[in-house]
Amino acid sequence: MTLIQAINDALKVAMRRDPNVLILGEDVGVNGGVFRATDGIYKEFGPERAIDTPLAESGFVGAAAGMAVYGLRPVVEIQFDGFLAPAHEHVVNHIARIRHRSRGRFSCPMVIRIPSWGGIKALEHHSESIEAWYANNPGLKMVAPSNPYDAKGLLLAAIEDPDPVLYFEPKRLYRAFRADVPEEHYTVPIGQAAIARDGRDLTILAYGVHVRTALEAAEEAAQERGWEAEVVDLRTLNPLDLDTIIGSVKKTGRVVVVTEAPRTGGFHSELIALINDHALEYLEAPVARVTGFDVPMPYLLNEDLFLPDAGRVMEAIESVRTY
Amino acid sequence: MATAELTGLDMEELFPIQTVLKADGTLVGTEPDLSPDQLKDVYRWLVYLRTFDQRSLNLSRQGRMGTFAPFGGQEACQVGAVYWLQKGKDWIFPTYRDHGAMQVMGVPAKNVLRYFMGDERGSYAPEGVNVFPISIPIATQLVHAVGVAWAAKLKGDDAVTVGFVGDGGTSEGDFHEALNFASVFNTPTIIFVQNNRYAISTPNVKQFKSRTLAQRALAYDIPGVRVDGQDPLAVLMVMKEAVDRARSGGGPTLVEALTFRYGPHTTPDDPKKYRTQEELELWQGRDPLQRMKRYLMQKGIWTEAEDEQLYQWAKDQVNAAVAEAEAEPRPSLDDMFDFVYAAPTPELQRQKAYLKAYLEKKGRGGARTHA
Repeated sequence: MTLIQAINDALKVAMRRDPNVLILGEDVGVNGGVFRATDGIYKEFGPERAIDTPLAESGFVGAAAGMAVYGLRPVVEIQFDGFLAPAHEHVVNHIARIRHRSRGRFSCPMVIRIPSWGGIKALEHHSESIEAWYANNPGLKMVAPSNPYDAKGLLLAAIEDPDPVLYFEPKRLYRAFRADVPEEHYTVPIGQAAIARDGRDLTILAYGVHVRTALEAAEEAAQERGWEAEVVDLRTLNPLDLDTIIGSVKKTGRVVVVTEAPRTGGFHSELIALINDHALEYLEAPVARVTGFDVPMPYLLNEDLFLPDAGRVMEAIESVRTY
Repeated sequence: MATAELTGLDMEELFPIQTVLKADGTLVGTEPDLSPDQLKDVYRWLVYLRTFDQRSLNLSRQGRMGTFAPFGGQEACQVGAVYWLQKGKDWIFPTYRDHGAMQVMGVPAKNVLRYFMGDERGSYAPEGVNVFPISIPIATQLVHAVGVAWAAKLKGDDAVTVGFVGDGGTSEGDFHEALNFASVFNTPTIIFVQNNRYAISTPNVKQFKSRTLAQRALAYDIPGVRVDGQDPLAVLMVMKEAVDRARSGGGPTLVEALTFRYGPHTTPDDPKKYRTQEELELWQGRDPLQRMKRYLMQKGIWTEAEDEQLYQWAKDQVNAAVAEAEAEPRPSLDDMFDFVYAAPTPELQRQKAYLKAYLEKKGRGGARTHA
């Protein structure tokens, strides 16, 4: 199935297994979501578990926090990354802190699904990289699948997790390719990275949409230069799988980090800092980062100039290999 | 229902739908004080905007521009909401569906087209055209409309601002905060709600329980009015009163215009999934263009021949704008980096130099940088 079908399937599996799981957001019910991620859920589970809310992100994210405290397992859909901003207050000031502030009495086990990043040539605020807003905010787990199998397994794990989870979806890959996904329930554990491609000559760290870009560049590096790149798909951004990341870095000694966020203060910066903390003496070259630029995400005609592509990753590979 | 039980008031009666023209073009209300030339000017705008909107939606469907938000069906609101504003003095704060009102205010059609084609330069409003850039985050622009009106008041200017929002947007906190600030500080702001019945797929009945949106004005102790948004003369009448009140120090007004978008929310949306053909046809039967045309003809100041000429003129205007927009070269790398700050930071300059060098190396530089 496609990645969007895997998300849809995970929601249905979770809702069949646990009557406390429900979805809410704008147009998620009758319409099945603007990307059709919740297609058929209203029909199967009815209006009390597939809830079309008024148009107010702050309202439905905040209300979902209350539902979660009371024992439900809400999964909210933010239509596009940029529209999490109105609910930012609830995410950072409440959802992330309810367990801590109540000294463990209350918790907020909910999932916020965030169609993320660019590449679909949409209007402004529909193609943002917002993971760094939340990486600097304790109390939130963050996952970012790159393929249909992980999309289903990570979403089920997120719904079952005792803590709030931000689930970043690569909207550009929703229908980009198909992969085998088991029909039944399974989880991909939160906190485990995956080696998407084995290699000995350098490490590429990526997540979500840019695992594909990294794999493309890795193929190019192998064919053109004979360099075998190891691609680490982080899958979870918080808590990070340091063992896998640092293990790969120690093995290859050369690292390229790929994200789509603006260059200053992005999640890539944290990855580089961790490599500095844990594997500095293994490095054969400074870590290279391939990122967006410090400008608002361009409108569609210039979008391709902003987005990292295999060519820019290949340049970074050259830089760490020829240092 | 609670309101009726508590107060004994029927909100639909308290906020009657202001109407001047019936759907067949006959006069039911007081005729607004408009000269024949002004009436024809209003109709000219309605026809032009309908033509522009339909052509743009087609361009989007053909892939000649990106995602487009059509306003077709809402032309009377687009014209009426801004018709009395003084160019160069008053301000509007549009959503992504108010590019009709933006054009009435003086934004060139080419800019609107370039915006939806995906070009930042399309967001530019020429000097003297007081149109804020399109705000996609819902209802946020209303607070800005209050702020500009407030500043004008503090500076002793008699400028008026109009903030646009849809029925869905009235659920956002910013809608209520804007009304409260406008009320508390008595700012010359008109919050113009186009209630087109659906927030993407979500109908009014799932969006709010009150019988009207205009009644929300009561909670903020400001004037509220409900108007037939398919009736150009009624929208003009209601806005005349609101603009005059605001300009003379009387403070804000909440206007709810009952209207309907004939097309999708935006190009990728399929309205057949959430509303019926019957509902669409019901609203098309109240069409603002037809209503205005019938009125002008009954008044004896318009002929079929003139009507044909007008449609041809509108088509020519739109064709010329499309040709101009499509002839525009792609935005350059500079357009991406310009205007982030008053002056680019050293880091931005480094990033721009890197990207320029990269594109040149890849043989893509020429088309993407200004000479």
